[in-house]
Order: sequence, then structure tokens, then C-alpha cells
Amino acid sequence: MKALWALVARDVRLSYGRGGVVLPVVFFLLVATLYPFGVGPDGPLLAKTGGGVLWIAALLAALLPIDRLIAPDMDQGMLDQLTVRGVGDEVTGLAKLIAHWLGFGPPLMIAVVPAAALLRLDGETLWRLELGLLAGTPGLAALAVMIAAITAGLRGAGPIAGLLMLPLAIPLLIFGAGSLDPQSMGALKLLAACSMLAVSIAPFVAGAAIRAARE
Amino acid sequence: MHEVLPPQPIRPYVAGMMGQGQLSFDGVSCQRGGRMLFERLDFTLEPGDAAAVSGPNGIGKSSLLRLAAGLLEPAAGAIRREGRIALADDALGLDRHLPLANALQFWAGIDGGSVANALAAVALDHLGQVPVRMLSTGQRKRAVLARVFASRAPIWLLDEPGNGLDTASLKNLSVVIADHRARGGIILAASHQPLGIESASDISLEAR
Repeated sequence: MKALWALVARDVRLSYGRGGVVLPVVFFLLVATLYPFGVGPDGPLLAKTGGGVLWIAALLAALLPIDRLIAPDMDQGMLDQLTVRGVGDEVTGLAKLIAHWLGFGPPLMIAVVPAAALLRLDGETLWRLELGLLAGTPGLAALAVMIAAITAGLRGAGPIAGLLMLPLAIPLLIFGAGSLDPQSMGALKLLAACSMLAVSIAPFVAGAAIRAARE
Repeated sequence: MHEVLPPQPIRPYVAGMMGQGQLSFDGVSCQRGGRMLFERLDFTLEPGDAAAVSGPNGIGKSSLLRLAAGLLEPAAGAIRREGRIALADDALGLDRHLPLANALQFWAGIDGGSVANALAAVALDHLGQVPVRMLSTGQRKRAVLARVFASRAPIWLLDEPGNGLDTASLKNLSVVIADHRARGGIILAASHQPLGIESASDISLEAR
């Protein structure tokens, strides 16, 4: 337990201290800035499609630091040292999941406010977007940690990780964008369910992948 | 960077060990990549014991240590370990961008050891604020040893602990090892150079 929180604190300090947290936020805002240039300054159109674009941006932002989540710790022997101390690989996976979410989830939820302004989203949509991100970003973090652990031993893991993660993220994206529709409350619940499923299996998948890489 | 060491004082580490340990291999076989490295290895290490693993390159010395650490599963046989384990292998196991003392503190925080004492024991106390990545090869090896010294674990698994160490550091290492054994600690070391461990039993792995 002590090791779990020590690892979370270290990873969070790592992402906040070394600017790792800035990258996803800047990327997210960049997408929100560039999108109106792409489709033109059409207010109603932006307001209609902006929420979905921000969901795609959030998904890609979760994917950005994927090659730094597990692989460096594996190469430097940090994961071996944790195992030697009796910390289960699943606990390590859980710590990585919590730390990764803390590193991009809350910053993204703050960045969504200026992004919503750039895309002319109204208050109602912004509120739904925040709620959706709160439910969905843990699932995105879980997917990222799983894929990071699976690809940790590979060369040039970045592109492969992207190819693996994007299809798995489709349910989160569908229900995330769907939850923006004021008519449907069900999408948000399904989003939360998908997210919870990913969160609950991620420590075990990541743990198994870390163990397999050790052989 | 050329570092001038002071005339080497004998610095016993004061880590305070957590309990006594025991390590025993019972008919252990090790298979890596489809190749049998060694078969039916038996030995038992009681508190105060030390064993040196010897044998040519690639014979499975590091694998033996990883088996003992629980990082690999034996192909056959059983490994029994009581008490905590500290492993020093060729991986650094420290955050490279952090100052040395902070990087060690991460582990010491989990283990409850003292970073200052461990750094003093490897004569790196003056480099505590230097980032780990700036350390030289020998200093890195000493930093890894400091991580072990601060672990408070009774069982130390040392993979080539003398590599890259200067004469004074080697002497220092043998003093700390003797001190650890005097307190009832266990040493299992794989090394090509003599480490000056007194009355260590020899676990010799031979080419098959």
C-alpha cells in the first residue's frame, strides 16, 4: 500500500514537475484552435461538432505520453525493484493508472473551458462535456496504461501503441460524444460503464504484460 | 570528472536490518530461451552466510540471482526465501534526472532505510545533490550499492558489485559486506573479481 502511493506520488511529480502535463493540454488546445480554421468560422456548425472534436482530442491527448508510461521504468529496473520488494505487478499497474489519470485527466478538464469558448460551445454543452470527461478519462487512462505495458518491450512502440489503442477507444468515443446530446442520459451511463470496465481490467492486463516482459 | 577520494575511512553502514533471512534452493533448474542453463542446484544460506557464484560468461549467474530475487520462475525445483531481499544488478533502478539523494529516498521511503548513512557508506555523501545521470560509471555502481545498503533487507543479491569500482571502494564494499554478515545478513554475489568476502561458500556453475 505504501509502495502504491509512493509510486503514484513519484509519477505525478514526474509529469507535473517535468512539464509532461503541459504537452497533452497544449495539444488539446491546439486542436481546439486549429479546428475552426479547418471548417471555417461558422458559429452554429462549430457549436454542433465542437464537442465531438474535443472528445477526439482528449483521446489523442491520453495517447501522447504512452511511450513514457511503463517502458522507461522497465528499462531502468524500477519495476524489477518494486517486484523484489514484494509489490505485485498488478499494484504497479494500478499505480501507473492512477498517476496517468492525475497527469492528464484534471488538466484536460480545465483546458476544456477555454477550448469550449474557442469552439462556441454553450454552457449546457460544456457542462455535459466536463461530466463526460470525468466519467471517460479514467477509461482512456486505463487503455493507455494497458497498451503501454503490452508494448513496453518493443522497438518503436509509439505507432504500434496508437494502432492498438484507437480501436479499443471507439466505445468510449461513441458514448462520450453521445453524452453531449441533451436528449439522452443513457449515453453517459454507458460511457461510465465502459470506462469502469477498462479501469477494472487494466491493472491485471498491465501486470500480466509486465510479468511476461520479464521472461 | 576526476574525483579525489579522501583517505578511506572505514564507514560501517547503519541501516538497521529488518529481521533475519534465509534463502534456499532445492533442486532448482533454470531454463532461458529454450536452453537449460543449470539443473538441480541445491544450497541453503543461513543468517551470516555468504556465497559467491562463479562460472564463465553466459552460464547463468545473473539468472541465478534473478531466480533468487523472484524475478524469474525456476523450470524445476523450489526456492524458499524468508525475509526481504535487496537486488543490485546491472540496471540502475534510480530516477536518472533526480538528484542522487532524492532518487535513493524514493526506495528508502518504502524500505524505511537511511539515505545519508547509505551514501556515507559508499563515500558519495558529497554528491547527494548531483543528478544521477551525471554520475560516472563507478559512481553509478556505488549508487546502486547505496540503494541496497539503505534497503534494510537481510538478503543481499549482488551481481558483479565490484565492476567499475576503484580500489578504495572495493575495500569499502568488503567492509560493509562483512558488517552486514556480522549482523546476521546473507550475501549471494556473482563476481569475476575477488570481493574479499571471508569464508564464502562457492556455488560453481559449470559449462554443460
